[in-house]
Amino acid sequence: MTKKIPLTGDQAVAYAMKQIDPDVVAAYPITPQTAIVMSFSNYVANGQVSTEIIAVESEHSAMSACVGAAAAGARTMTATSANGLALMWEIVYIAASTRLPIVMPVVNRALSGPINIHCDHSDTMGARDSGWIQIYCENAQEVYENTILAVRVAEHKKILLPVMVCQDGFITSHGVEGVEVFEDKKVKDFIGEYKPDSPLLDIDNPSTYGPLDLQDYYFEHKRQEAEAMRSALDAIPEILKEFEKQFGTKYDFIETYKLDDAEIVIVVLSSTAGTVKFVVDELRQRGIKAGLLRPRIFRPFPKEKIINALKKAKAVAILDRSDSFSAEGGPLYTEIKAALYDLDIKPIMVNYIYGLGGRDIFPADINKVFEDLQKTVAAKFTLPKVNYLGSRE
Amino acid sequence: MANIKELAKQPEGLSGGHRLCAGCGASIVVRQVLMGTKDPVVVGSATGCLEVATTIYPYTAWKIPFIHNAFENVAATISGVETAYRALKKKGKIKKDIKFVAFGGDGGTYDIGLQSLSGALERGHNFVYVCYDNGAYMNTGIQRSSATPKGASTTTTPAGEASYGKVQLRKDLTSIVAAHHIPYVAQASASHWNDLITKAEKAFKVDGPAFLNVISMCHRGWRFPQQDTIKISKLAVETGFWPLIEIENGMWKFNYKPKERKPVVEFLKPQGRFKHLFKEENRHILDEIQKDIDNNWARLEHFCEAGCKVT
Ligand SMILES: Cc1ncc(C[n+]2csc(CCOP(=O)(O)OP(=O)(O)O)c2C)c(N)n1
Ligand code: SF4
Ligand SMILES: [Mg+2]
Repeated sequence: MTKKIPLTGDQAVAYAMKQIDPDVVAAYPITPQTAIVMSFSNYVANGQVSTEIIAVESEHSAMSACVGAAAAGARTMTATSANGLALMWEIVYIAASTRLPIVMPVVNRALSGPINIHCDHSDTMGARDSGWIQIYCENAQEVYENTILAVRVAEHKKILLPVMVCQDGFITSHGVEGVEVFEDKKVKDFIGEYKPDSPLLDIDNPSTYGPLDLQDYYFEHKRQEAEAMRSALDAIPEILKEFEKQFGTKYDFIETYKLDDAEIVIVVLSSTAGTVKFVVDELRQRGIKAGLLRPRIFRPFPKEKIINALKKAKAVAILDRSDSFSAEGGPLYTEIKAALYDLDIKPIMVNYIYGLGGRDIFPADINKVFEDLQKTVAAKFTLPKVNYLGSRE
Repeated sequence: MANIKELAKQPEGLSGGHRLCAGCGASIVVRQVLMGTKDPVVVGSATGCLEVATTIYPYTAWKIPFIHNAFENVAATISGVETAYRALKKKGKIKKDIKFVAFGGDGGTYDIGLQSLSGALERGHNFVYVCYDNGAYMNTGIQRSSATPKGASTTTTPAGEASYGKVQLRKDLTSIVAAHHIPYVAQASASHWNDLITKAEKAFKVDGPAFLNVISMCHRGWRFPQQDTIKISKLAVETGFWPLIEIENGMWKFNYKPKERKPVVEFLKPQGRFKHLFKEENRHILDEIQKDIDNNWARLEHFCEAGCKVT
């Protein structure tokens, strides 16, 4: 029996963590992630979980302690945002290359500077090549479900990579939604018991973790990490199938909305997809063939699914909630554009950077993007490749 | 008090054949520390000579579980391991009693890792932290650290026409750690092995964090013949450059006081890193160093007397 309870995105993470009941949590507070640590600390204080919590003195130590705990053989979690993620950067890479299945909810927040506490994706986009799996959630329901899912993804023997579960700061993390939560037992059964290979605490079979790895082996180890990310493309669908069987929700790497016959398409991550769906519905009522593609899993990059979803479109706008400062557009744009390179007939593709530092995005903005696309399709004008949506000129 | 016959029979956690320089103090320190417990031990190490020379993939010199994470975070890393141990023990997934020890060089401890160490001490994890202090970043080529003694020539404080080497005093890390009011803090030297192993035993035994600051000779950086490692380390103690003290539950105590403290030049003279101090124009620096050592000694005596009075 599922039940529906009012939860913010942060509380949804904490609730999922309560059901996961990890062995160790090491975390440091930062807005807008703070409520996760606070809610979870309450579960610990009230004996509702068996977790040992480490109230570290920084995010650098949070990720360092997570590496120690996960290597020791504990199911391990942390959570962070923006500057916290930046501070743990060095160890974020080490966690992935040590192949430790740490799960880290990240509440997306603009990375300093200038300092800002509101939503954009500059924090996790900067970590997109760190070897972590990245899942982006539209709402608190997804946050809840993906946090549970992430445990299985991280620990899958063919993957063994850490996972970031990303949600939009304040928009999702602090907005209250009715979230359908699963029975504790069902969650327990789904995640199962964690059985690590060669944990550090197996004192009868001693292992050396984190050795110096020079010219003669480093390359193969990085190659293995890359192959693990590739095999995640095959392994994740199996886990998603089990997830559907257990909980009834069907997930895929991507979500498509009214995309089958769509001529003009917006691609966007996370909560903005809700606004886009609203505008798509309006346009459809007026007979305009608009659609949405929302990548849910960005790492590994679901190239084939994205190509299939976009190949019939006439014009596509990629909305990036972070800039890459390459002078060539945001990360989602450049990657999707590259993915479509091998197609003979490609849709027109443009980029909109939007919502930096929590700048609101309104249906009117989305409408304007669709209008732009319509006009380009009708060859009424050529759009600049990289546009800034909702920014003062 | 350690019994040498018993110790000789104890299995070694760090095997020979590692790639630390012959005569390196670090491996001697590690082996003596590990003699301080008969329980299984998990070792953590910061990046530095000890780590890079004992774990070159696909080889490892460690016969016991070992983890290296990064340069500045061995204390945080071992706190994760130790917490995992408590979590799994509570759930009955681990039965045995296990001890935890983290090794960091002076760079990884006094400098870049100080925050991580302070955090782990304050949180009260049950582990032993050992700083093997060779007074510079040796692994990267003898750069100064905040543990480098005044007057030492390093590659980033080279002695020259306008420089007598490092200008600043060493950071007093032992006192900083003592200010965390953890159960056990001590300074030791491998030349006084019985004292060091006894301190390691105490450190492993206490419930909560323990810290050992151990002078660790590096003939590459200090410039002395490699066979003199223990001789130099003895001189560090006999001159009062490296006092053998402990702070047990807040009580400061001298564990060894030379009958007559030798002048510090006897420690400085055999080391090439101080060679320039013996030039006429730098003589006053030698005097300053002697004065610094006398002052520190007086300070420690004061602390120890006060400590004794309270008991
Ligand atoms: C974040 C970071 N900065 C710098 C380095 C380069 N580095 C590696 S070891 C080291 C010095 C180690 O000195 P110490 O801790 O005293 O150990 P020793 O080599 O002297 O035994 C430095 C600077 C690094 N690995 N990581
Ligand atoms: S350089 Fe110094 S510290 Fe490093 S291994 Fe050699 S003697 Fe030991
Ligand atoms: Mg050093």
